[in-house]
Amino acid sequence: MKPSLYEQKIHTWGRVSLVLAILMFIAYPLFASLYYKVQPDYGLVLQWLLAVAPVYWAVGAIEAFTFGPMLGSGGAYLGFVTGNLTAMKVPAALRAMQIAGVEPNSEKGEVISTIAIAASSIVTTLILVIGMLLLNTLRPILESPALAPAFANVLPALFGGLGVVFLSKNWRIALTPMVLMLILFLIKPSMSSAISLLIPFSAAITMVVARVLYKRKMI
Amino acid sequence: MFTVNDSPLFLLAALVIAYVLGQSVFFLVKAWRRAIELGISRHTLRGTVTGSALFSIAPAIAILLGLISLSRFLGIPLPWLRLSVLGALTYELPAAASVAKILNMPMDQPVIDPSVYISIAWVMTIGILSGLLIILLFQRRMQARLQRMKQKDARWSAIMMDSLFVGMIATFLGMVFTDVHKGLPGFIPVFVMLFSAVVMMLCGLLIKKLHWKWLENYAMPISMLSAMAFAIPLNNWIGG
Repeated sequence: MKPSLYEQKIHTWGRVSLVLAILMFIAYPLFASLYYKVQPDYGLVLQWLLAVAPVYWAVGAIEAFTFGPMLGSGGAYLGFVTGNLTAMKVPAALRAMQIAGVEPNSEKGEVISTIAIAASSIVTTLILVIGMLLLNTLRPILESPALAPAFANVLPALFGGLGVVFLSKNWRIALTPMVLMLILFLIKPSMSSAISLLIPFSAAITMVVARVLYKRKMI
Repeated sequence: MFTVNDSPLFLLAALVIAYVLGQSVFFLVKAWRRAIELGISRHTLRGTVTGSALFSIAPAIAILLGLISLSRFLGIPLPWLRLSVLGALTYELPAAASVAKILNMPMDQPVIDPSVYISIAWVMTIGILSGLLIILLFQRRMQARLQRMKQKDARWSAIMMDSLFVGMIATFLGMVFTDVHKGLPGFIPVFVMLFSAVVMMLCGLLIKKLHWKWLENYAMPISMLSAMAFAIPLNNWIGG
Protein backbone atom coordinates (compact mmCIF):
# COMPACT_ATOMS: atom_id res chain seq x y z
CA MET A 1 0.00 0.00 0.00
CA LYS A 2 1.37 3.40 -1.03
CA PRO A 3 1.84 5.88 1.83
CA SER A 4 -0.66 8.77 1.82
CA LEU A 5 0.42 12.34 1.12
CA TYR A 6 0.17 13.05 4.86
CA GLU A 7 2.41 10.08 5.68
CA GLN A 8 4.98 11.31 3.16
CA LYS A 9 4.81 14.94 4.24
CA ILE A 10 5.01 14.20 7.94
CA HIS A 11 8.66 13.19 7.49
CA THR A 12 9.49 16.49 5.75
CA TRP A 13 7.66 18.54 8.40
CA GLY A 14 9.16 16.41 11.15
CA ARG A 15 12.73 16.59 9.91
CA VAL A 16 12.68 20.32 9.17
CA SER A 17 11.10 21.15 12.52
CA LEU A 18 13.53 18.80 14.30
CA VAL A 19 16.60 20.39 12.72
CA LEU A 20 15.26 23.85 13.63
CA ALA A 21 14.57 22.65 17.17
CA ILE A 22 18.12 21.30 17.55
CA LEU A 23 19.49 24.65 16.36
CA MET A 24 17.24 26.46 18.84
CA PHE A 25 18.39 24.22 21.69
CA ILE A 26 22.04 24.84 20.80
CA ALA A 27 21.31 28.57 20.54
CA TYR A 28 20.68 28.85 24.30
CA PRO A 29 24.23 28.11 25.49
CA LEU A 30 25.72 29.70 22.37
CA PHE A 31 23.95 33.06 22.74
CA ALA A 32 24.47 33.03 26.50
CA SER A 33 28.18 32.59 25.79
CA LEU A 34 28.17 35.50 23.32
CA TYR A 35 26.08 37.73 25.57
CA TYR A 36 28.27 37.26 28.65
CA LYS A 37 31.44 37.16 26.51
CA VAL A 38 32.66 34.03 28.28
CA GLN A 39 33.68 30.64 26.97
CA PRO A 40 32.43 27.45 28.55
CA ASP A 41 34.87 25.56 30.73
CA TYR A 42 36.03 23.19 27.97
CA GLY A 43 37.84 20.96 30.45
CA LEU A 44 34.64 20.49 32.43
CA VAL A 45 32.57 19.84 29.31
CA LEU A 46 35.13 17.32 28.03
CA GLN A 47 35.37 15.59 31.39
CA TRP A 48 31.57 15.25 31.50
CA LEU A 49 31.41 14.09 27.90
CA LEU A 50 33.92 11.33 28.56
CA ALA A 51 32.57 10.25 31.93
CA VAL A 52 28.81 10.66 31.80
CA ALA A 53 27.60 11.47 28.29
CA PRO A 54 27.94 7.93 26.83
CA VAL A 55 25.30 6.74 29.29
CA TYR A 56 22.92 9.55 28.27
CA TRP A 57 23.56 8.92 24.59
CA ALA A 58 22.91 5.20 25.00
CA VAL A 59 19.67 5.89 26.89
CA GLY A 60 18.58 8.47 24.28
CA ALA A 61 19.30 6.05 21.44
CA ILE A 62 17.44 3.21 23.13
CA GLU A 63 14.46 5.47 23.84
CA ALA A 64 14.38 6.55 20.19
CA PHE A 65 14.36 2.98 18.89
CA THR A 66 11.76 1.89 21.48
CA PHE A 67 9.38 4.85 21.49
CA GLY A 68 9.74 5.83 17.82
CA PRO A 69 7.67 2.89 16.55
CA MET A 70 5.16 3.23 19.43
CA LEU A 71 4.37 6.88 18.74
CA GLY A 72 4.27 6.83 14.95
CA SER A 73 6.21 9.35 12.88
CA GLY A 74 4.31 12.57 13.73
CA GLY A 75 4.21 11.58 17.40
CA ALA A 76 7.91 10.71 17.44
CA TYR A 77 9.07 13.91 15.70
CA LEU A 78 7.01 15.99 18.09
CA GLY A 79 7.45 13.85 21.21
CA PHE A 80 11.25 13.84 21.13
CA VAL A 81 11.34 17.64 20.78
CA THR A 82 8.76 18.27 23.50
CA GLY A 83 10.37 15.79 25.92
CA ASN A 84 8.97 14.16 29.06
CA LEU A 85 8.39 10.95 27.12
CA THR A 86 8.15 8.08 29.59
CA ALA A 87 6.00 9.68 32.26
CA MET A 88 3.82 11.78 29.99
CA LYS A 89 3.90 11.71 26.17
CA VAL A 90 4.07 7.94 25.64
CA PRO A 91 1.30 7.11 28.16
CA ALA A 92 -0.81 9.98 26.74
CA ALA A 93 -0.43 8.61 23.21
CA LEU A 94 -1.11 4.99 24.22
CA ARG A 95 -4.19 5.95 26.23
CA ALA A 96 -5.54 8.10 23.40
CA MET A 97 -5.09 5.38 20.75
CA GLN A 98 -6.74 2.82 23.00
CA ILE A 99 -9.78 5.03 23.73
CA ALA A 100 -10.16 6.08 20.09
CA GLY A 101 -10.05 2.41 19.12
CA VAL A 102 -7.30 2.89 16.55
CA GLU A 103 -4.30 0.66 15.99
CA PRO A 104 -0.76 1.87 16.54
CA ASN A 105 1.29 1.50 13.34
CA SER A 106 -1.70 2.70 11.30
CA GLU A 107 -2.37 6.15 9.89
CA LYS A 108 -5.33 6.65 12.23
CA GLY A 109 -3.13 5.64 15.17
CA GLU A 110 -0.46 8.02 13.96
CA VAL A 111 -2.75 11.07 13.87
CA ILE A 112 -4.38 10.30 17.23
CA SER A 113 -0.95 9.81 18.83
CA THR A 114 0.24 13.14 17.35
CA ILE A 115 -2.86 15.00 18.59
CA ALA A 116 -2.48 13.52 22.09
CA ILE A 117 1.21 14.45 22.28
CA ALA A 118 0.58 17.97 20.96
CA ALA A 119 -2.24 18.56 23.48
CA SER A 120 -0.11 17.17 26.31
CA SER A 121 2.82 19.34 25.28
CA ILE A 122 0.75 22.53 25.05
CA VAL A 123 -0.79 21.91 28.48
CA THR A 124 2.61 21.20 30.06
CA THR A 125 4.08 24.37 28.58
CA LEU A 126 1.15 26.48 29.79
CA ILE A 127 1.23 24.99 33.29
CA LEU A 128 4.95 25.68 33.56
CA VAL A 129 4.47 29.27 32.37
CA ILE A 130 1.68 29.84 34.89
CA GLY A 131 3.69 28.04 37.56
CA MET A 132 6.72 30.17 36.85
CA LEU A 133 4.74 33.42 36.97
CA LEU A 134 3.12 32.42 40.26
CA LEU A 135 6.19 30.71 41.65
CA ASN A 136 6.35 32.67 44.87
CA THR A 137 2.71 31.92 45.66
CA LEU A 138 2.80 28.31 44.54
CA ARG A 139 6.16 27.27 45.97
CA PRO A 140 5.02 26.93 49.62
CA ILE A 141 1.90 25.03 48.53
CA LEU A 142 3.64 22.66 46.14
CA GLU A 143 6.54 22.06 48.48
CA SER A 144 4.35 21.57 51.54
CA PRO A 145 5.06 18.29 53.35
CA ALA A 146 1.31 17.52 53.23
CA LEU A 147 1.33 17.26 49.43
CA ALA A 148 4.75 15.64 49.11
CA PRO A 149 3.46 12.01 49.16
CA ALA A 150 1.08 12.79 46.28
CA PHE A 151 3.84 14.10 44.02
CA ALA A 152 6.24 11.36 45.09
CA ASN A 153 3.76 8.83 43.71
CA VAL A 154 2.96 10.19 40.26
CA LEU A 155 4.45 7.18 38.45
CA PRO A 156 2.69 4.44 40.49
CA ALA A 157 -0.59 6.39 40.13
CA LEU A 158 -0.06 6.68 36.39
CA PHE A 159 1.03 3.13 35.64
CA GLY A 160 -1.56 1.49 37.94
CA GLY A 161 -4.39 2.76 35.76
CA LEU A 162 -2.53 2.29 32.51
CA GLY A 163 -1.50 -1.22 33.55
CA VAL A 164 -5.12 -2.31 34.03
CA VAL A 165 -5.99 -1.21 30.50
CA PHE A 166 -3.05 -2.79 28.70
CA LEU A 167 -2.16 -5.77 30.85
CA SER A 168 -5.72 -7.07 31.17
CA LYS A 169 -6.00 -6.99 27.38
CA ASN A 170 -2.68 -8.77 26.90
CA TRP A 171 -2.29 -10.76 30.12
CA ARG A 172 -0.82 -13.82 28.39
CA ILE A 173 2.12 -11.87 27.00
CA ALA A 174 2.35 -9.62 30.08
CA LEU A 175 2.83 -12.35 32.66
CA THR A 176 6.49 -13.20 31.94
CA PRO A 177 7.89 -9.62 31.76
CA MET A 178 5.90 -8.61 34.84
CA VAL A 179 7.21 -11.50 36.93
CA LEU A 180 10.71 -10.93 35.60
CA MET A 181 10.70 -7.20 36.36
CA LEU A 182 9.21 -7.84 39.80
CA ILE A 183 11.98 -10.31 40.65
CA LEU A 184 14.64 -8.00 39.23
CA PHE A 185 13.56 -4.99 41.29
CA LEU A 186 13.13 -7.11 44.43
CA ILE A 187 16.62 -8.54 44.10
CA LYS A 188 18.31 -5.37 42.86
CA PRO A 189 16.33 -2.23 43.85
CA SER A 190 19.12 0.03 42.57
CA MET A 191 18.11 -0.97 39.02
CA SER A 192 15.40 1.70 39.23
CA SER A 193 18.05 4.24 38.23
CA ALA A 194 18.53 2.33 34.97
CA ILE A 195 14.85 2.26 34.03
CA SER A 196 15.45 3.61 30.52
CA LEU A 197 17.78 0.72 29.79
CA LEU A 198 15.38 -1.83 31.25
CA ILE A 199 12.40 -0.76 29.11
CA PRO A 200 13.83 -2.08 25.81
CA PHE A 201 15.10 -5.19 27.62
CA SER A 202 11.61 -5.87 28.96
CA ALA A 203 10.04 -5.04 25.59
CA ALA A 204 12.39 -7.48 23.84
CA ILE A 205 11.51 -10.26 26.28
CA THR A 206 7.81 -9.52 25.82
CA MET A 207 8.23 -9.73 22.05
CA VAL A 208 9.99 -13.10 22.30
CA VAL A 209 7.25 -14.45 24.58
CA ALA A 210 4.56 -13.05 22.26
CA ARG A 211 6.25 -14.61 19.23
CA VAL A 212 6.36 -18.04 20.89
CA LEU A 213 2.70 -17.80 21.94
CA TYR A 214 1.71 -16.55 18.50
CA LYS A 215 3.52 -19.39 16.74
CA ARG A 216 1.80 -21.87 19.06
CA LYS A 217 -1.54 -20.16 18.29
CA MET A 218 -2.04 -19.36 21.99
CA ILE A 219 -2.78 -15.68 21.32
CA MET B 1 27.20 40.97 36.67
CA PHE B 2 25.90 37.52 35.86
CA THR B 3 23.02 35.94 37.75
CA VAL B 4 21.20 32.72 36.88
CA ASN B 5 17.92 34.65 36.56
CA ASP B 6 19.06 37.39 34.15
CA SER B 7 16.40 38.77 31.79
CA PRO B 8 18.30 37.82 28.58
CA LEU B 9 18.29 34.19 29.73
CA PHE B 10 14.53 34.37 30.24
CA LEU B 11 14.19 35.84 26.77
CA LEU B 12 16.30 33.08 25.19
CA ALA B 13 14.35 30.36 26.99
CA ALA B 14 11.02 31.98 26.05
CA LEU B 15 12.00 32.10 22.36
CA VAL B 16 12.86 28.39 22.26
CA ILE B 17 9.73 27.44 24.19
CA ALA B 18 7.59 29.60 21.87
CA TYR B 19 9.09 27.80 18.86
CA VAL B 20 8.27 24.35 20.29
CA LEU B 21 4.79 25.53 21.27
CA GLY B 22 4.31 26.66 17.66
CA GLN B 23 5.55 23.27 16.45
CA SER B 24 3.02 21.51 18.70
CA VAL B 25 0.18 23.67 17.34
CA PHE B 26 1.35 23.03 13.75
CA PHE B 27 1.40 19.24 14.23
CA LEU B 28 -1.92 19.37 16.08
CA VAL B 29 -3.59 21.21 13.20
CA LYS B 30 -2.07 18.97 10.50
CA ALA B 31 -2.95 15.76 12.36
CA TRP B 32 -6.47 17.05 13.14
CA ARG B 33 -7.16 17.83 9.47
CA ARG B 34 -5.85 14.44 8.37
CA ALA B 35 -7.92 12.71 11.07
CA ILE B 36 -11.08 14.36 9.70
CA GLU B 37 -10.13 13.17 6.18
CA LEU B 38 -9.66 9.66 7.56
CA GLY B 39 -13.19 9.74 8.97
CA ILE B 40 -12.37 10.09 12.65
CA SER B 41 -15.21 12.03 14.26
CA ARG B 42 -14.71 15.49 15.76
CA HIS B 43 -16.17 14.09 18.98
CA THR B 44 -13.34 11.53 19.19
CA LEU B 45 -10.73 14.18 18.39
CA ARG B 46 -12.09 16.58 20.99
CA GLY B 47 -12.08 13.71 23.48
CA THR B 48 -8.44 12.96 22.60
CA VAL B 49 -7.43 16.57 23.23
CA THR B 50 -9.46 16.91 26.45
CA GLY B 51 -8.32 13.55 27.80
CA SER B 52 -4.65 14.21 27.05
CA ALA B 53 -4.84 17.70 28.47
CA LEU B 54 -6.43 16.53 31.73
CA PHE B 55 -4.11 13.55 31.96
CA SER B 56 -1.07 15.84 31.64
CA ILE B 57 -1.97 18.19 34.51
CA ALA B 58 -0.68 16.07 37.40
CA PRO B 59 2.66 15.10 35.75
CA ALA B 60 3.09 18.75 34.68
CA ILE B 61 2.73 19.88 38.30
CA ALA B 62 5.31 17.26 39.28
CA ILE B 63 7.58 18.76 36.60
CA LEU B 64 6.95 22.20 38.10
CA LEU B 65 8.23 20.80 41.41
CA GLY B 66 11.33 19.64 39.58
CA LEU B 67 11.74 23.12 38.15
CA ILE B 68 11.58 24.56 41.65
CA SER B 69 14.25 22.17 42.94
CA LEU B 70 16.58 22.77 39.96
CA SER B 71 16.04 26.54 40.15
CA ARG B 72 18.01 26.71 43.39
CA PHE B 73 21.10 25.67 41.46
CA LEU B 74 20.50 26.88 37.89
CA GLY B 75 17.94 29.66 38.34
CA ILE B 76 14.61 29.57 36.54
CA PRO B 77 15.27 30.10 32.78
CA LEU B 78 17.40 27.01 32.06
CA PRO B 79 15.26 24.48 34.02
CA TRP B 80 12.13 26.17 32.62
CA LEU B 81 13.42 25.62 29.10
CA ARG B 82 14.67 22.09 29.66
CA LEU B 83 11.60 20.85 31.52
CA SER B 84 9.00 22.58 29.30
CA VAL B 85 10.48 21.02 26.18
CA LEU B 86 13.12 18.47 25.21
CA GLY B 87 14.11 17.10 28.61
CA ALA B 88 12.60 15.26 31.52
CA LEU B 89 13.24 15.50 35.23
CA THR B 90 14.78 12.01 35.21
CA TYR B 91 17.42 13.31 32.81
CA GLU B 92 17.94 16.96 33.77
CA LEU B 93 18.36 16.49 37.50
CA PRO B 94 21.07 13.77 37.27
CA ALA B 95 22.81 15.67 34.42
CA ALA B 96 23.04 18.84 36.52
CA ALA B 97 23.96 16.80 39.60
CA SER B 98 26.79 15.03 37.77
CA VAL B 99 28.33 18.39 36.77
CA ALA B 100 27.90 19.70 40.31
CA LYS B 101 29.69 16.58 41.56
CA ILE B 102 32.63 17.06 39.19
CA LEU B 103 32.94 20.68 40.41
CA ASN B 104 32.24 19.74 44.01
CA MET B 105 29.46 22.34 44.14
CA PRO B 106 26.37 22.23 46.37
CA MET B 107 23.09 22.09 44.44
CA ASP B 108 21.19 24.28 46.87
CA GLN B 109 23.10 27.43 45.92
CA PRO B 110 22.95 29.25 42.58
CA VAL B 111 25.83 29.06 40.11
CA ILE B 112 27.65 32.40 40.14
CA ASP B 113 30.28 31.77 37.47
CA PRO B 114 28.87 32.35 33.94
CA SER B 115 31.47 30.00 32.46
CA VAL B 116 30.28 27.16 34.69
CA TYR B 117 26.64 27.99 33.93
CA ILE B 118 27.27 27.92 30.17
CA SER B 119 29.25 24.69 30.52
CA ILE B 120 26.28 23.10 32.31
CA ALA B 121 23.92 24.35 29.59
CA TRP B 122 26.20 22.81 26.92
CA VAL B 123 26.48 19.54 28.78
CA MET B 124 22.70 19.27 29.21
CA THR B 125 22.20 20.07 25.51
CA ILE B 126 24.82 17.73 24.08
CA GLY B 127 23.79 14.92 26.40
CA ILE B 128 20.22 14.77 25.16
CA LEU B 129 20.79 15.08 21.42
CA SER B 130 21.22 11.37 20.60
CA GLY B 131 17.49 10.58 20.72
CA LEU B 132 16.67 13.55 18.49
CA LEU B 133 19.37 12.63 15.97
CA ILE B 134 18.22 9.02 15.77
CA ILE B 135 14.62 10.08 15.17
CA LEU B 136 15.87 12.55 12.56
CA LEU B 137 17.94 9.95 10.73
CA PHE B 138 16.06 6.68 11.25
CA GLN B 139 12.36 7.35 11.97
CA ARG B 140 11.38 7.14 8.29
CA ARG B 141 13.24 3.84 7.86
CA MET B 142 11.79 2.43 11.09
CA GLN B 143 8.28 3.36 9.97
CA ALA B 144 8.81 1.85 6.52
CA ARG B 145 10.05 -1.39 8.06
CA LEU B 146 7.04 -1.54 10.37
CA GLN B 147 4.73 -0.99 7.42
CA ARG B 148 6.36 -3.85 5.49
CA MET B 149 5.99 -6.07 8.52
CA LYS B 150 2.32 -5.12 8.76
CA GLN B 151 1.71 -5.96 5.11
CA LYS B 152 3.38 -9.32 5.58
CA ASP B 153 1.53 -10.28 8.77
CA ALA B 154 -0.92 -7.70 10.15
CA ARG B 155 -1.83 -9.76 13.21
CA TRP B 156 1.77 -10.25 14.31
CA SER B 157 2.45 -6.57 13.67
CA ALA B 158 -0.36 -5.60 16.09
CA ILE B 159 0.85 -8.11 18.68
CA MET B 160 4.38 -6.78 18.36
CA MET B 161 3.23 -3.20 19.02
CA ASP B 162 1.26 -4.42 22.05
CA SER B 163 4.43 -6.19 23.24
CA LEU B 164 6.34 -2.92 23.18
CA PHE B 165 3.66 -1.22 25.32
CA VAL B 166 3.36 -4.16 27.69
CA GLY B 167 7.14 -4.37 28.09
CA MET B 168 7.29 -0.71 29.06
CA ILE B 169 4.38 -0.88 31.49
CA ALA B 170 5.71 -4.10 33.08
CA THR B 171 9.03 -2.35 33.77
CA PHE B 172 7.35 0.52 35.60
CA LEU B 173 5.07 -1.81 37.53
CA GLY B 174 8.15 -3.76 38.64
CA MET B 175 9.86 -0.54 39.65
CA VAL B 176 7.02 0.26 42.03
CA PHE B 177 8.28 -2.61 44.22
CA THR B 178 11.79 -1.12 44.54
CA ASP B 179 11.41 -0.06 48.18
CA VAL B 180 9.42 -2.94 49.64
CA HIS B 181 12.52 -4.21 51.45
CA LYS B 182 12.24 -1.08 53.64
CA GLY B 183 9.12 -2.46 55.32
CA LEU B 184 5.57 -1.08 55.31
CA PRO B 185 6.44 2.50 54.17
CA GLY B 186 8.13 0.93 51.14
CA PHE B 187 4.77 -0.53 50.12
CA ILE B 188 3.16 2.93 49.71
CA PRO B 189 3.87 3.08 45.93
CA VAL B 190 2.47 -0.47 45.59
CA PHE B 191 -0.76 0.48 47.37
CA VAL B 192 -1.00 3.68 45.33
CA MET B 193 -0.59 1.67 42.12
CA LEU B 194 -3.25 -0.84 43.26
CA PHE B 195 -5.61 2.00 44.21
CA SER B 196 -5.18 3.55 40.78
CA ALA B 197 -5.81 0.15 39.19
CA VAL B 198 -9.00 -0.38 41.21
CA VAL B 199 -10.34 3.09 40.32
CA MET B 200 -9.57 2.41 36.67
CA MET B 201 -11.45 -0.91 36.90
CA LEU B 202 -14.42 0.86 38.51
CA CYS B 203 -14.41 3.41 35.69
CA GLY B 204 -14.26 0.55 33.17
CA LEU B 205 -17.23 -1.07 34.89
CA LEU B 206 -19.26 2.16 34.76
CA ILE B 207 -18.39 2.62 31.08
CA LYS B 208 -19.41 -0.95 30.27
CA LYS B 209 -22.47 -1.44 32.46
CA LEU B 210 -23.96 2.05 32.47
CA HIS B 211 -22.70 2.93 28.98
CA TRP B 212 -21.01 6.08 30.31
CA LYS B 213 -18.92 6.54 27.17
CA TRP B 214 -18.05 10.11 28.22
CA LEU B 215 -16.07 8.70 31.13
CA GLU B 216 -13.51 7.07 28.80
CA ASN B 217 -11.47 10.24 28.41
CA TYR B 218 -11.58 11.05 32.11
CA ALA B 219 -10.90 7.57 33.52
CA MET B 220 -7.11 7.92 33.39
CA PRO B 221 -6.92 11.39 35.00
CA ILE B 222 -9.48 10.31 37.63
CA SER B 223 -7.59 7.11 38.53
CA MET B 224 -4.28 8.96 38.59
CA LEU B 225 -5.39 11.96 40.65
CA SER B 226 -7.42 9.90 43.11
CA ALA B 227 -4.44 7.56 43.64
CA MET B 228 -2.15 10.55 44.21
CA ALA B 229 -4.67 11.94 46.72
CA PHE B 230 -4.87 8.51 48.37
CA ALA B 231 -1.07 8.62 48.89
CA ILE B 232 -1.49 11.53 51.35
CA PRO B 233 -3.55 9.80 54.09
CA LEU B 234 -1.77 6.53 53.35
CA ASN B 235 1.58 8.18 54.02
CA ASN B 236 0.27 9.63 57.27
CA TRP B 237 -0.96 6.18 58.26
CA ILE B 238 1.95 3.91 57.35
CA GLY B 239 4.63 6.34 56.22
CA GLY B 240 6.48 6.12 59.49
